[in-house]
Amino acid sequence: MADAVGAARPEECPGTGSAQAGSAAACQGCPNQGLCAAGAAGPDPAEAAELRARLRAVRHTVLVLSGKGGVGKSTFSAALAHGLAADEHKQVALLDIDICGPSIPKIMGLEGEQVHQSGSGWSPVYVEENLGVMSVGFLLSSPDDAVIWRGPKKNGLIKQFLRDVDWGEVDYLIVDTPPGTSDEHLSIVQYLSATHIDGAVIVTTPQEISLQDVRKEINFCHKVKLPIIGVVENMSGFVCPKCKKESQIFPPTTGGAEKMCQNLNVSLLGKVPLDPQIGRSCDRGQSFLSEAPDSPATLSYRNIIQSKSGNHCALSVPSTAAIYKGVKQDYFATNNKTGNVHSNSESNSCKYHVCFWASVLTGF
Amino acid sequence: MLRVQDRAVHQCDSGWVPVFVGQDRAVALMSIGFLLERPDDAVVWRGPKKNALIKQFVTDVAWGDLDFLIVDTPPGTSDEHISTVEALRPHRLLGAILVTTPQAVSVGDVRRELTFCKKTGLRVLGVVENMSGFVCPHCSGSGIHDSLLFFLLQECTNIFSKGGGEELAKHAGVPFLGCVPLDPQLSQSLEEGRDFIQEFPKSSAFPALAHIAQQILDTSQQSS
Repeated sequence: MADAVGAARPEECPGTGSAQAGSAAACQGCPNQGLCAAGAAGPDPAEAAELRARLRAVRHTVLVLSGKGGVGKSTFSAALAHGLAADEHKQVALLDIDICGPSIPKIMGLEGEQVHQSGSGWSPVYVEENLGVMSVGFLLSSPDDAVIWRGPKKNGLIKQFLRDVDWGEVDYLIVDTPPGTSDEHLSIVQYLSATHIDGAVIVTTPQEISLQDVRKEINFCHKVKLPIIGVVENMSGFVCPKCKKESQIFPPTTGGAEKMCQNLNVSLLGKVPLDPQIGRSCDRGQSFLSEAPDSPATLSYRNIIQSKSGNHCALSVPSTAAIYKGVKQDYFATNNKTGNVHSNSESNSCKYHVCFWASVLTGF
Repeated sequence: MLRVQDRAVHQCDSGWVPVFVGQDRAVALMSIGFLLERPDDAVVWRGPKKNALIKQFVTDVAWGDLDFLIVDTPPGTSDEHISTVEALRPHRLLGAILVTTPQAVSVGDVRRELTFCKKTGLRVLGVVENMSGFVCPHCSGSGIHDSLLFFLLQECTNIFSKGGGEELAKHAGVPFLGCVPLDPQLSQSLEEGRDFIQEFPKSSAFPALAHIAQQILDTSQQSS
């Protein structure tokens, strides 16, 4: 992105980081005017150098996006962080840039924690030795405190989170975002353009009304040249813990994320079913993966996470088939509208999901 | 949701003409969705551009005589919310309805919304608990009347838990307007492109929403 802006600057360019970027008189006719006006032009060289220095020990960065609120993006970010940190040899960082609605401290069981300063910067709050978290929630003194900020102040804090937090050596930096395509998203992409972003995971529910916003999110990623690792379909079916039968709470009337991903040539990373235990774990600040290890939702999360961490063993067809045998096959087989399961779908689903997961590895 | 996604906004002498929904034209709608060239276009704007459009929606749309203007907002307490309150303050702002789901994580965000309302002097009309209670259709249709089994079945209800919204309202000293159940059939019918205005009265969510609407009507009559 910085290269694209570096070329063909007008003589009196106000600077890509300036408040007038894209809107000054000199910007008229510049091929990068649109980018600058949207604020996606990249940090100033000095800022970029600072950010690059601070983030040089971060190996992989993933943004978790959603078009709509309430689809389970923060829940997924937390599960992803816990799942990756299950390998003690990996160092995982979870950055919450939902400045107005910081849910991550609660979901991670860190409500009430405060951020400490050291000589090397702000210290993240550690859930485990290898899992550190940063959120504006740690800077607020009460759960009732509201952050009533316009864009520029939010952008400033996001920059501070990247520049001033002593993340140390990190294998995976997961960035949880608010829903939409606005200041926070532009800023994080802009600031991280100084280093490297592996890509974005977009979370959705199966309904068309959610998918409509995912398509916009995908277009946003294309606009700002952010690679898309794939889409996760959340709340994808519900298996009653009592009667074990499946219902569709959010019916995928237009084919769900699966069809959309096929049409847009984007990877479907997995489908996570709805489990009431997920909400309870989040409310209690506990890791759902540990609290409900046998839940079909846990198995879905683990499959997505294992593929991301490059664990090739998880992708061998026999072990994938074994996972499916342990999971109610309704989730992964094609259902017709009456909810009946096509009996021949199991092996097709296995191959289908292995292909998707193999394609995910190229994102990392 | 109201099946007017293909309509366009036109200009008249008094400003932008809103899109009217239904044969009786009882609902007028304005949204940036009508201004996009393609439905999948992303609106990648920072705060100032969004603020300017919100102001235009209030001042430049020829709303005509309205009994109620309802403003649907994104989650948060940022540009859109600040700008909407500023733009509407001169226009008899009745107040805000805060919607939460029952879980603590959602309630945690709405506590901050309540603070936003306090700080901006925005009256809180009440809290609504949405997606409140869901019964597995297989279990609920099983015809089991045994009290012990019914007790066990409670675990398969309340997927998003229950009661958080009411507790929040009590804690904050604001009215609790009611619980709205999750109705997958309403969701399905909307997805299939059926007419929301026709389908909605048949929904299990309708009685709860009608009750909430009545409370708002009563409040507005007391205010005038």
